[in-house]
Amino acid sequence: MGSEPEPGGAPIEVRGLVKRYGELTAVDGVDLTVDAGDVYGYLGPNGAGKTTSLRMMLGLIHPTEGTVRLFGRDPAHSVKALDGVAGFVEAPRFYPYLSGRRNLELLADFDGGEAASRIPAALETVELTDRAKDRVGAYSHGMGQRLGIAAALLREPRLLVLDEPATGLDPAGMRDMRRLIRRLADAGMTVLLSSHLMNEVEELCNRVAIVSSGSIVYEGAIADLNRNASQTYHLRTTDDDLALEICRREPGIADVRVEGTDVRFSADEEAVAGLSGALVEGGVLIRALAPQTVSLEDLFFSLTEGSPPAAEPASVPAPVGSS
Amino acid sequence: MAVPIIFAVATSVQSGGPDDVPFGRYIQTSGLAIPLVLLLFGSIWLYPLITALVAGDIIASEDHNGTLKTILTRSLERGQIWRGKVLAAGSYAIVAILLSGVVAIVAGCIVSGFNPLTTLSGTRVSASTALGLVAASLGFYLIPILSIACIGLLLSAVTRNSAAAIVGTLLFSLLLQLIAILPGLSGLEPYLLSSQFDAWQGLLRTPADWGPIIRSVWVCALYAVPALAGSYFVFQRRDVAGG
Repeated sequence: MGSEPEPGGAPIEVRGLVKRYGELTAVDGVDLTVDAGDVYGYLGPNGAGKTTSLRMMLGLIHPTEGTVRLFGRDPAHSVKALDGVAGFVEAPRFYPYLSGRRNLELLADFDGGEAASRIPAALETVELTDRAKDRVGAYSHGMGQRLGIAAALLREPRLLVLDEPATGLDPAGMRDMRRLIRRLADAGMTVLLSSHLMNEVEELCNRVAIVSSGSIVYEGAIADLNRNASQTYHLRTTDDDLALEICRREPGIADVRVEGTDVRFSADEEAVAGLSGALVEGGVLIRALAPQTVSLEDLFFSLTEGSPPAAEPASVPAPVGSS
Repeated sequence: MAVPIIFAVATSVQSGGPDDVPFGRYIQTSGLAIPLVLLLFGSIWLYPLITALVAGDIIASEDHNGTLKTILTRSLERGQIWRGKVLAAGSYAIVAILLSGVVAIVAGCIVSGFNPLTTLSGTRVSASTALGLVAASLGFYLIPILSIACIGLLLSAVTRNSAAAIVGTLLFSLLLQLIAILPGLSGLEPYLLSSQFDAWQGLLRTPADWGPIIRSVWVCALYAVPALAGSYFVFQRRDVAGG
């Protein structure tokens, strides 16, 4: 294993990626660039084509159209494109009748070089040293996920590709997984992380792409996302009927509706401030007025169905080829 | 491995032998007849089954476990992994048959003695010559067996299902045997893979009949090479999803 020149290109460069299964288009013209040092969130509901995209990025399936470049190399062409790249798609899988350590030893053989010497450190990092002698079949889901990370670390990756790493973990397991990813990112690893959990992506990532039905509907810095997406508020007053009327009149207040005992609407902070004044002036006293935590679903609605001001997707990819 | 031992033990407790098969008569007089009778019995079904069990499973089980994606995202090219699978399936088949042959020879000699053998042509050959013939028979029997392994590998890569690949491999062999008995198609018989399972018997004639053995070499290659190439092509190209 001589030292070869650093290949050019961003950790991940995806252009016009399409994957069709017969009639079904799982991935429909995805463009994506992950720069060195990014912790990139690939966010979307189940079935949005996240996993299919990741499979193409790791060379497990062949794109129908478009290209993937990892540090400038094509994973569909040669596994050499995975030099410096590691990760897993869906839950990591191992030989269940072998121990955790034995599994890592096997995979280290597949990697060659110094990989085997990194096993103890990798086990230590994911806190599996104590259980390394046990059969993987007896591992909990969380331990399996951690072993998946350990297996990735054997490759000393510069780019880590993780598919919903915290999915199916209990709250403590999720927290530990996020801490682990945070630690690896802080150590300088570029991370692409798929998720359907908004708070996970918010906590870990600096950039995000939101996918829906195989296409990217938003791409940008995570900070911009929160600013752009208009918030949903819920309001309770002394006179809900009148309040509803005032809400409908006020500028900047959109999507007014009654849900249960609350009035709900979408607005930015300025408009909400204006509304509170208008309510008081109209003789309606506010019992509660609070922003609802932004859920991924809300974001989707605001990004795909509504057309919120200033939330124009930063770079909606132009589909390459015909759709 | 258990089969030849059981077979030898059964021989020692019985007074006669299976008279209706070649060499059956001789198993009491020469231990070297035992591996040959075993080969006669096992050649059509038992050994192809043992071979198909591993060859049909070797790629499909990785698919089923989801470990195929795990190993494909390491540093080995698909071609290298494919080669490893081919070598493993082939060497397993070779070891299984040679081991069962050696056990049969040893067990047979313990039970019936290391004695001269009467060949298919009725001539008696010395025990050491017979041993050589037995070894050569096992060796030539490996030719069709390795073809079966190639077909198993192809089905394993294509079906992604161990059971389908194993059963499919055996079914393929069975279908060929059915073709052989169809009226009008019997002319095909010498060119069917299933007919090569007893080519080794040519060795046990005096003089040795090399015709069927030489034919089995190229007929088997005719099955094995496309199957092997197909499995390589499928394994290289296919999408690895699921798991």
